[in-house]
Order: sequence, then structure tokens, then C-alpha cells
Amino acid sequence: MKTICFYFQIHQPFRLKRYRFFNIGRDHYYFDDYANEDILQQIAARSYIPANRMLLDLVNQYKGKFKVAFSISGVALEQLEIYAPEVIEGFRELSKTGNVEFLAETYAHSLSSLFDPEEFRNQVTHHAERIEMLFDQKPTVLRNTELIYDDKIAEMVYDMGYTKMITEGAKHILGWKSPNYIYQAASEPKLKLLLKNSRYSDDITYRFSNYSWNEYPLTAEKFISWIAATPSEEEVFNLFMNYETLGNIQPSHTGIFEFMKALPRFAFEHEIGFSTPREALENNKPIGAITVPNPISWSDEERDVSAWLGNKLQQSALKSLYEVGERVRLCTDRRLKQDWLYLQTSDHFYYMSTKHFGGEQSQFSPYMSPYDAFNNYMNVLSDFIARVKAQYPDTVDNEELNALLTTIHNQEMEIKRLQMELKTVIGSNEALLVKKIKKTEKAGKD
Amino acid sequence: MKALMFGWEFPPHILGGLGTASYGLTKGMAKQEDMETIFVIPKPWGDEDQSFMKIIGANNTPIVWRDVPWEMAEARLGKLMNPQEYYWMRDNIYADFSYMHTNDLGCIEFSGRYPNNILEETNNYSIVAGVIARTYDFDVIHSHDWLTYPAGLHAKSISGKPMVIHVHATEFDRSRGKPNPIVYGIEKDGMDNCDHIICVSNLTRRTVIENYHQPYWKVTTVHNAVEPLSPEIASIKKLSGVQEKVVTFLGRITMQKGPEFFVDAATQVIRKTAHIRFVMAGSGDMMDQMIRLVAERGIAHKFHFTGFLRGKQVYEMLKSSDVYVMPSVSEPFGISPLEAMQCGVPSIISHQSGCSEILNNVIKTDYWDVDAMADAIYSICTYPAMAEYLKEEGKIEVDNIKWEDAGLKVRRIYDSLMQ
Repeated sequence: MKTICFYFQIHQPFRLKRYRFFNIGRDHYYFDDYANEDILQQIAARSYIPANRMLLDLVNQYKGKFKVAFSISGVALEQLEIYAPEVIEGFRELSKTGNVEFLAETYAHSLSSLFDPEEFRNQVTHHAERIEMLFDQKPTVLRNTELIYDDKIAEMVYDMGYTKMITEGAKHILGWKSPNYIYQAASEPKLKLLLKNSRYSDDITYRFSNYSWNEYPLTAEKFISWIAATPSEEEVFNLFMNYETLGNIQPSHTGIFEFMKALPRFAFEHEIGFSTPREALENNKPIGAITVPNPISWSDEERDVSAWLGNKLQQSALKSLYEVGERVRLCTDRRLKQDWLYLQTSDHFYYMSTKHFGGEQSQFSPYMSPYDAFNNYMNVLSDFIARVKAQYPDTVDNEELNALLTTIHNQEMEIKRLQMELKTVIGSNEALLVKKIKKTEKAGKD
Repeated sequence: MKALMFGWEFPPHILGGLGTASYGLTKGMAKQEDMETIFVIPKPWGDEDQSFMKIIGANNTPIVWRDVPWEMAEARLGKLMNPQEYYWMRDNIYADFSYMHTNDLGCIEFSGRYPNNILEETNNYSIVAGVIARTYDFDVIHSHDWLTYPAGLHAKSISGKPMVIHVHATEFDRSRGKPNPIVYGIEKDGMDNCDHIICVSNLTRRTVIENYHQPYWKVTTVHNAVEPLSPEIASIKKLSGVQEKVVTFLGRITMQKGPEFFVDAATQVIRKTAHIRFVMAGSGDMMDQMIRLVAERGIAHKFHFTGFLRGKQVYEMLKSSDVYVMPSVSEPFGISPLEAMQCGVPSIISHQSGCSEILNNVIKTDYWDVDAMADAIYSICTYPAMAEYLKEEGKIEVDNIKWEDAGLKVRRIYDSLMQ
């Protein structure tokens, strides 16, 4: 039986405020609270809230036969908690139905998988804990930032204990193969992969309201008939998209909500079911391995990582950032650690992309130009790095520092232990003393 | 297609960007096989590049008949033009100008600069244009900037040929919105009576439409380009005198160029950093004021003035710079950032300059946004990736901005006027 696997991505970066070089060393707050709140609340009102409501209705209406999955970045979760807690509440309700799955991803929606394996591991763990705390379910399927994937990442992911992962069905990787099957990683055959069906996903995300598209208007009936018409061996149709597709990228007046509402009915008519990524991966056997020597992602025509790493500006900013990673992990300052996460968000680097000057992407950027983005980010990063360096003397290298910190930590534990011991000794002595006094008092009375 | 162009400056004897642009455009158009250009300037020096066009000096064009022997004509004019042409032009003197002050060849003297009696010079230039227009055969008239509009109009009235005017700058740019009424009058008259107007940027086009009340269909933008660097200039080495990064302002120190914003940005940067120095190269009527301002701000130890630079010195200055800044308040085009980019110098330009319309690999700020400008300067001097990226990509970008392409656009306008 054919099955449709929906997964929606929710992510919002902590956008940086205008941070001039004369702020360096003086101002340690980097974020544009006003813009972040404004943007998040707009999107929540237009997309997240009505979409949550619609999905909940569908899940209830079809009594467990309609299923979806979400991946919500940690930085988005934090912003939702601050600015639109009703959205979190909506996800909780969805989670309670048992038909909605939450995926694990990097907490900061970062590119750490490409630069800093330890950070990658930490962030995924951190994120999974957060999801479990909020939604009471432990994620078993991993989705890396922007669906970035290659053979090395596969190994890391498997080492972290994940056996299921989601990525892009990039044409240059698949070639003649179809994304509508389960695959396994060539470098780690026990890692099962679910690949995005770009055509059908983008039909909904980008082409749905495009008048010049020859298939316009796209109805649920037509869409399902395409899926039904595929060869019967092709069973899993992975529709992965930004959650904002519902209501923001495709505003509600385009009829996107009605399309989604009608979709299950036509699917069931054609005996097409729905499943979550975990189920899809568990219920199907991989039919082959795919090799990905260079990282792929779901971005741009090239489906590679050039949107974040395409030019020298981006490379240099990322390099400067991850150079201090080890040192940051030795620090205990909570604000510093929080900023460290927020500064890793991939969007900061996307804004520096010079790939399409004046093109479509620039509408997402809060900056006038990629240079402006780089400039602002580097100023913030300079201040951040100075703060990291101020934590411990610069002359001590990380390894030595780590040893020293461990010694201090151990000694602290030792002191605590001794103090406890001392307390018990004093306590027992006091007890003895009390006994003695009581005895003498007794003796005196007698 | 033969064009009669009227210009005021021509390399190597240039005072501003007008000469460079006229030269580049003519050279770019010469790549079109059937294109011939006669270029009139007030005063040729004899060392102009005449390989792709003919130059006629207004100061060598007779307006009063004198009996000049061939030997004398050859001795006096030989290195500037074919002496025979002097006689052809002499045959076309159309009125009695003997009341005017002329030399022994019957020609008017021109300074070829921007003297105080510039209005008289433009008028004389127009008288000379009458002789030239009667002597030579051409299909279209092309006037560069207001000084030559009266000459172009005169040539048009004699020949009946279509006239194009090329607006490199308007009086509104030069005066920050307080135009001299006489100059404005000449500009307006030229625009009203010509057949088409070419502007060097959309910014200028807007000024022409809004402030000179021209119909939009009559005004077309043709962005300037830049000549490739000659090998001699390309081989100039960086003069490294100081350890610090050098940030340069290069241009006339006048109101239009916004030098005070450069000083303000420099003040911010110098107060905060130790690795950046500033240079203001050029001269102009605001220079003394700027020197005073720099002293008042207490940044003179890191802020230098070079005075006027000419020819090769300009490139030596550019090559020794790490950042080029052009904070122009109103710049119709502004060719110098393109030259800086050719030399591999990252540039910061104002949104209020025409060249910002076609450049991507530069940093753009508003001229009044001193904070942003200071920040951009700091960024280029501090983050090597930024400097390197702008350097490389900027060079690639500017190398693709060619006069040939601008020339083709101008040609299309000529063709449309001929129909």
C-alpha cells in the first residue's frame, strides 16, 4: 500500500540587531527582540496557529489514519515559548493524539555537522531532551539542519545511536533512482534513509499558487491521482516542507488549507495511507545504498551547501565561529552558552550568500546586502569571542585547561566529600557529647 | 554613421570624470565598424589619442578670415590636425566676427578649463561650432554636458541633424539642490530642444525628468563603464609606508562629494581602533574647511591630506589603499570606485551615486549614515575575508563593465533617431 509521509519544518532564527563595531566590548546583547517577536507572531497568526488547528481536526476526523511529523528547531521552540506559547500548546495537543511524530535535529539549526562533530552530537542530544520534555515523546528519527547529509554525517549519526534519518532526494545523487523507496547509507548500512520527493513537495510549497504553472490549479484530487499513478512498487511518498507553506508561503487565500483538508479523503479513496517517518522507516526494507561523498541539502537548484558555504565571507565567518567551539564547551557561563547556540544558526550565514544578488532569497534577509550581513555578524562574533577569551586566560591551551578544570572539579568534589565526612564526624561527636552530658546529668540526679 | 561630438575635456588633460567618460564612450563606439566620430574640444594639446577618431580643436577653428600661408598653418597646426582642414573650415566662416578677439590664424583662444568667464567660453564655443557644422558631414550631434549644449544646438539648427545630449552631471548635483539659474537655463534649453537625452544613471534620469520637466520617453539611461587598466598602470606596486590599513577618499573636495561625512566616519574609527589611517586626496573649495575639521576632532595624527593628484599619482594612491570611500551626496555616476575596484581596492559608496545601480560587489551606505560607513571601513580593515572577497569579486565584476556595451546602447539611440 502506498503511503504519504508528511514532515513539516519549523524554524526561526534569533535575528541579530544592528551591531556596529563601536558596540564591541561594550554591548553584549546581540538580538533584535522587536523584529524576532514581530516576525514570529505574524507567522504564528498566519500559519502555525491555523495549520495546527487544521491538522488536529484532520487527525481527529480520520481517527488515527491521518498522520504527520514535525521538526522544530530548538531556537524556534524558545521563540515560540516566549512570543507565541499557544503554538506550543497546539503541538502538545497534536502530540497527545499519538499520530504526530517529532523529529530530532540540531538544537540551534546549526551547520555543526560539517564543522564540529562534538557540537553536533551535543546539540542533537540537547534537542531530543527538549522535545521529550515538551511533548513527552522521544525522537527516533533524525533530521539534520536543512537536510544536510553526506557519508561522514551518516557515520556520526549512527554512532549517536540513531538508525533512521531524513534527507533530500537530490537528483545528482539518485540519478535514475526514485526517491519513493527506503534507502540505506553506503557508509553505514544500518542507517535507514527517507528521501524527500522534491517534485511533489515543491508542487505544494512553491508552485501551488503559480498561475503560469501548466498544472495550475492544483487540486487534491489531481495531486493524489499523480501519486496513485506511480508504479505500484513505489510505496513511500515523502512530502517534506516548511510549515510556513501552510498560510505564509502559500497564503490562506490561495486555498492551501482547503487543499490539505481534502487531501486525506482522496488519498483514502485511492487506498493511499499516511505514516510518520518512523513508521515508514520501520515498515519498509531498504532497497539499496546511496553514496553521498559531498554534502547535499534541500536548498536551491544545486541541492548542495553552497547557500551557506558558497563564498569566502561565509567560510571565514564559520571558521572563526567554530574555532572557539572547544573553548566555549569548557565554559560554564550560561549566557555565553546560550549566545553560542544562537550564533550558530544557519540563517546568519545564508544572509551572507552572494549566490543570487537581488534574487528571491534576499526577501528573507533582514540585511541590505550580503556584505552588510557579514559585517554585522562579524562584529557580534568579535565581541562574543572576546567574552569567551575573557573566561579563561588565553595562554592556557584547551587540553591543559580541560585538565585543570577537571582537577578543580575533582578537588571540589573531594572537598565536598570531606566536608560531608567532617559533618558526620562532628555530628556523631556531638551526639556522643550529648549522651555523655545526659549521662552525667542523670548521675547527678541520682 | 558619423557623429559630431562636442566635449569639453579629453584625456590626458582632464579635470574631472567628464573627459574620461567621453573618451571611453567614443573608444567603445569605435569598435562598431561603421562608426566615425569627430570630437570637438576647446583646446587640444596634441598628445590626445586620435587613433579611433578625429579631434578638432575649437581654438584651431577660424572664425575670421586671415590670409595664412600653408607653411604657417602647417607649423602651427601640424601636430594637431591636417592643415588642409584649416583651409576647409576657413571657407565656411559664416558671419563677420572681426569684432571678436582672435589670434593671427583668426581663431578664438580657449582655456579648455573651467575659468571664471566660463559662460563667455561656452558662447565662443558655440560660434565655432557653426563653422565646424558647416564644414563637416555628419548624421548625428552628440553634446557632452551643459558647456557644449549651446554648440550642439547651433550645429543642429544649421544642419537639421538630430541632436543627442549626454548628461554626465546636472547643476542640481553640483550645487546640492541650489542651482545657478543661468546654468540651469542653459541645461533646460538644451534638453528642451534636443532630440534625445542620455543619462549616466537612473538617478540622473530622475533628476532630468523631475527637475528639468522632460518627458520620460525622451530620456534613456546608459551607465558608464571603465577602460581596462593599461599595463603600465597595472604594474604599479603598492607603496607600503605605514603598517596600518589606509582608507582613502579621492576626488574633488567639494560639497557634492560629501567629504565631511568621510571625516566624521574617520573620527569614529580612529577613536576606537589603532590599525587604520585615513587619507583625503584631491583638492577643492572645501579643503581648508576639512583640514580645520580634522584638527578640531583631534584626529590629525591619523588623517592625511595629499593635495591634488594627477595621472599616475592617482593610481599610486589607489594601489596603496586598503579601502576606497566615496560618500558622494549626489553623484550622477562616479567612475572612480570602478577604477579603485580595477586596482583591487574594496570600495564603499553611497546609495546616492549612480554607479551603485550597477555595482554589486561594493558596500553601499547612505552618505549621511556615518555609523554604517564607519562600520564598513572597520569591517574591511579588520576581517580579512571581507577585504579579500570584495577585492577579487569586485575586480571580476568591474572587468565586465565595458564601454563597448555602453557604446552599443548609444548606437541604438542614434539608429532610432535616424528613422
